[in-house]
Amino acid sequence: MKDSMAKADSGSASGEVGPAGAAGGGEAVAAAAPGDLAKAAELGARVKLPVAARGKIFEWAVYGATGACIAIIAGLFIELLANSWLSISTFGLSFLWTSEWNPVTNQFGALPFIYGTIVSSAIAILLASITGVMAGAFLAEFSPPRLAEPLSFVIELLAAVPSVVYGLWGLFVLGPVMRDYIEPFLQRYFGFLPIFAGTIYGVGMLTAGVILAIMIVPTVTAISRDVMRAVPNSQREAIWALGANRWQGFRMVVLPIARPGIFAACILALGRALGETIATTMVIGNRPAIAASLFAPGYTISSVIANEFTEATSQVYLSALLELGLLLFIISVIVNGLARLLLWTIFRPMES
Amino acid sequence: MSPWSWISKTAGLAGVVLALGVSVALAATQLTGAGSTFDYPFFSRAFYEYSQQHSGVTVNYQSIGSGGGIQQFIAKTIDFGASDVPMNTEELKLAGALVLQVPITLGGEAIGYNLPGVGKGLRMTRQLIADIYLGKVRKWNAPEVSKLNPKLKLPDMDITVVHRSDGSGTTYIFTDFLSRVSAQWKEKVGTGKSVQWPAGLGGKGNEGVAGQVRQTPGAIGYIELAYVLENQITYALVENQAGKYLYPSIETVAAAAASKPDVSSTDFSIVDAAGENSYPISGYSWVMIYERPADPARAKLVRDTMEWLVTKGQALAKSVDYVPLPENVQWQALKIISAIKV
Repeated sequence: MKDSMAKADSGSASGEVGPAGAAGGGEAVAAAAPGDLAKAAELGARVKLPVAARGKIFEWAVYGATGACIAIIAGLFIELLANSWLSISTFGLSFLWTSEWNPVTNQFGALPFIYGTIVSSAIAILLASITGVMAGAFLAEFSPPRLAEPLSFVIELLAAVPSVVYGLWGLFVLGPVMRDYIEPFLQRYFGFLPIFAGTIYGVGMLTAGVILAIMIVPTVTAISRDVMRAVPNSQREAIWALGANRWQGFRMVVLPIARPGIFAACILALGRALGETIATTMVIGNRPAIAASLFAPGYTISSVIANEFTEATSQVYLSALLELGLLLFIISVIVNGLARLLLWTIFRPMES
Repeated sequence: MSPWSWISKTAGLAGVVLALGVSVALAATQLTGAGSTFDYPFFSRAFYEYSQQHSGVTVNYQSIGSGGGIQQFIAKTIDFGASDVPMNTEELKLAGALVLQVPITLGGEAIGYNLPGVGKGLRMTRQLIADIYLGKVRKWNAPEVSKLNPKLKLPDMDITVVHRSDGSGTTYIFTDFLSRVSAQWKEKVGTGKSVQWPAGLGGKGNEGVAGQVRQTPGAIGYIELAYVLENQITYALVENQAGKYLYPSIETVAAAAASKPDVSSTDFSIVDAAGENSYPISGYSWVMIYERPADPARAKLVRDTMEWLVTKGQALAKSVDYVPLPENVQWQALKIISAIKV
């Protein structure tokens, strides 16, 4: 017992882990064997070398794991670039802004897919950020603690549902509800807006956005709840002491402090929405066209890859599909980059 | 070296040699194939039966899609590939060796629809189907539809066109049919596993199209026959070349195939076939094998299995709602398979 403890101590005392570990180690030794320090030190000395080696191994493992992540990303990018080269050299930059997608004549353009990906994800993040942040605020600030735990569990359960289940549910349940109730309602009262005009199919851009929103709401809710809970109580008590009520305290103290974290939650959720495949494919209508109406069918990058990759045989066709993959990769990088930029430029000055 | 360690080493080596021998023997009784998802239900039924009848022979079929099947076949990682459309000249060139392409099973497509209050018995001409998919006929009570169906009360409803969104042999056969019966379709859209659709919504898979049709009043969609027979879907009578209105069925699709016994990988289309009882939206699925299989030990096995599949195996097709090859096509298939060099 003593021996193993001393070993553990010497691990932290060897200096690899820094001052906090060393201090903790010293305390433990003192507590375990107050009169036997010399022996403990001797034991420590005997196992010092292997422990140091273990530290080194751990260090290398950490470097290795991080390096592997970067290598995978780099490899992914290079592989995508190499395999889409045929398409890039055939269509050039016009791939980005032409709308023709014709596998019969091997003419490919990505614009409707880029548009569909961005619009469906934008609808999703708009709906999910509002709902998710409010739900997170309820769980963190307003709900009785006895209710918060089971509710959190249920909301997190939403994240565990496989996306194909969402897709089927979207096709068989949400689609008809959108077609018979929600979209006619929107058209009746807001039909003067072009986004709510046109034929109602039930499936389409709006339905896809709603399905995606349901899928990413748990992410937004869970993270914003945690971020709000992390706001120190002293801050709340301070504003309450000034006479603010719960709601005012939330608005003036909790929300501003938690805002960068909430924003990060939304970005994380947006990443999932951009890449979601099966659920979107089931309900978006899969038509590569750009329409002003959100009721019209659309198409996303990941959907077209999932739909057409398995049966694509011509080289240019395959290459064009891979170039779409490359574009999705680039879009994700841009979205994440912009998010970081926003975090730096908007929230940093506010904090200081 | 002590005698014990010598003995154990020798025994170990012998074991390895033995194991290798066994695995070689196993490999000679196991075939692998990959490709078409359409073939999968039929293949899994047929190959199960085959391994029951021929002890120890197993056929492992991966339904990864025709495109993947062709790629794996070209890379020579499998014994046979399966595709809803035969390999074309460009792909055959990539294969770099003589490829035999065998018709293996048949598919037909029903035109499913959802018209509240109409029920069964909607009649459609070939031209009407093309015009609907071109987006030219947009209403169910348009004169083009109502003059064919004087007895039905057709609603004043928009036609929602539904097609497959995923690349598929089903789409190939359907667009092949449309190109045959409509010059405008041929010129504007053409034939392919994925095409640029002039109208409509895309549903993923048969279940996606069928689901969309069932959900949406006024919808129309083409759906694989086997799927239609196992699910509750209302489908139309389609006019054939002889002017008869027919439902798709195992018999009418087989009749279309039988009308063209000399089918080959370069001349394989049976859409809009001649004959009183030929359903016009029908087509073959194919298996690809090398004339000289890479592993000579398995060449005979490949030949035997395929011979069985195009003859006795065909009897199992009906049990999974697939259309068996007519007898004259079975002969044709056997002739192609007999070219395998063993």
